[in-house]
Amino acid sequence: MSPHLEDHPVLKRLRDFTPQAIEETWDFRGEVTLVIRRENLRSVCEFLHGEPGLNFKYLSDLTSVDRYPAEPRFEVVYHLLSLAPYQRLRLKVRLPGDNPQIESVVAIWPGANAFEREVFDLMGIHFDGHPFLRRILMPEDWEGHPLRKDYPTTGYR
Amino acid sequence: MAITLEKIPGQEERVILSMGPQHPSTHGVLRLVLELDGETVVRGLFDIGYLHTGFEKSFEALTYSQGITLTDRMDYLAPLSNNLGFCLAIEKLLGLEIPPKAQWVRVLLTELTRIQSHLVWLGTHALELGAMSPFLYTFREREELLKIFEMVSGQRMMTSYFRVGGLALEPPLNWLQRVAKFLKEFPTRLEEYEGLLTKNPIWLKRTVGVGAITADDALALSLSGPPLRACGVEWDLRKAEPYSSYDKFDFRIPTRSEGDVYARYLVRMDEIRESLKIVRQAMEGMPEGPIKADAPHIVLPDRESMKTSIEALIYHFKIVTEGFHPPVGEVYQCIESPRGEIGFYMVSDGSPKPWRCHVRAPSFVNLQTLVKIIEGRLLADVVACIASMDTVLGEIDR
Repeated sequence: MSPHLEDHPVLKRLRDFTPQAIEETWDFRGEVTLVIRRENLRSVCEFLHGEPGLNFKYLSDLTSVDRYPAEPRFEVVYHLLSLAPYQRLRLKVRLPGDNPQIESVVAIWPGANAFEREVFDLMGIHFDGHPFLRRILMPEDWEGHPLRKDYPTTGYR
Repeated sequence: MAITLEKIPGQEERVILSMGPQHPSTHGVLRLVLELDGETVVRGLFDIGYLHTGFEKSFEALTYSQGITLTDRMDYLAPLSNNLGFCLAIEKLLGLEIPPKAQWVRVLLTELTRIQSHLVWLGTHALELGAMSPFLYTFREREELLKIFEMVSGQRMMTSYFRVGGLALEPPLNWLQRVAKFLKEFPTRLEEYEGLLTKNPIWLKRTVGVGAITADDALALSLSGPPLRACGVEWDLRKAEPYSSYDKFDFRIPTRSEGDVYARYLVRMDEIRESLKIVRQAMEGMPEGPIKADAPHIVLPDRESMKTSIEALIYHFKIVTEGFHPPVGEVYQCIESPRGEIGFYMVSDGSPKPWRCHVRAPSFVNLQTLVKIIEGRLLADVVACIASMDTVLGEIDR
């Protein structure tokens, strides 16, 4: 962890709340990233969303990265935004390449619905508790997940 | 099998209407599945992907500079806004400083893009609610703006004019006169459009109170752009996290509190006026100087120096054949496009091609609000609601 992140107000409060949830933190170009353990995601999100003074009410973006062939292979990335005081935070959860699944955050941010469907469709990550987890951009009967690194850019012919 | 609404057990039989993908009022190939009780919409569902071309996958196969051409084709009504967001993300990754003149030209052109995009929205919105004439007028003005874009970049729509480190070309000599001419004529034209619509009783009947949403619901659904400002949230990324020197310009964020179709109309009309203010300031305060950053390993050298300097020739060869290597890391850069927050999440592994480039497309996210605001409304209001969200399908499907 970079030393100046010790004093980051949000991180401090989060560490007081659940010290074991944070795996790693770093700051690159002024953007703070927290790597969260998968089993703590729900409680961390609820804390950041609901805790007075933190106010991360807005889910700016939710996406995923495939680190193939590295393991843990997948990363689900959450970009959170607090309008007042203005602040951005990036959460990251690492998932194994074999049968990746993670808890849905639709109950906290309803806007996550379409994002999670997109990640499910293109990256093949399963979101537990999503109300309508169906393909969104690819046809319903499509096989495979195009954004995975082992899926050729030209498609299968 | 296409997506459809499933029957709720125990509920009486209702009509399921498939609206689109070929429908004149869905702004492209948006398909809505609507459950109707008489003429009232009970539930709605969007079905998208008809234009999906895998831009995010293609970014991974192209170098950073090549990717710019794809961004034009996402939101084809605001190509310069997309170019800007994409370039800013890469520049943030590289830690590159952009010279003031390039920033000023970028601001000027992105604001003209905003006006251009809002003109298309206004024309089609009015057309869909039965007013033919605004469409013909707005497209006349849009044409003039497209000619300005053509003048600076050589292209009317697929501009690719902003490059990593600055601009592609020095703008032509007399382009600011042309912008000045537009600025002189346009405000009275805008009055004309407002005269046709703002107090028109038919327009008011079709828009006031239609498709309203509260600020809390809008924020929960990650709504952004003019629809968010129409429900009273004073949120604009140009003010909140100023990029490209927006903090040096004087403008305000228009907001309304009603959150309905009419409020979105008024917010966008005010935004056009604010954009005109920014364009005027950018034109009057246009600094002199270079249009490209001083970073020879990233920015292509000009033709003249390639003929005289061996270093320039080598750099040119390296950039064209290989590309440049940003440091390992990831950034999220968002800008205020005419439709809302467009964000580029760029992951670099140190190679000349992005490891991952995700686009947070505002139209895609705003669709979730669309299916919420049409619940309980008449079928005819659905058309007004779609138009008021100003979605662009190229960006939704990517």
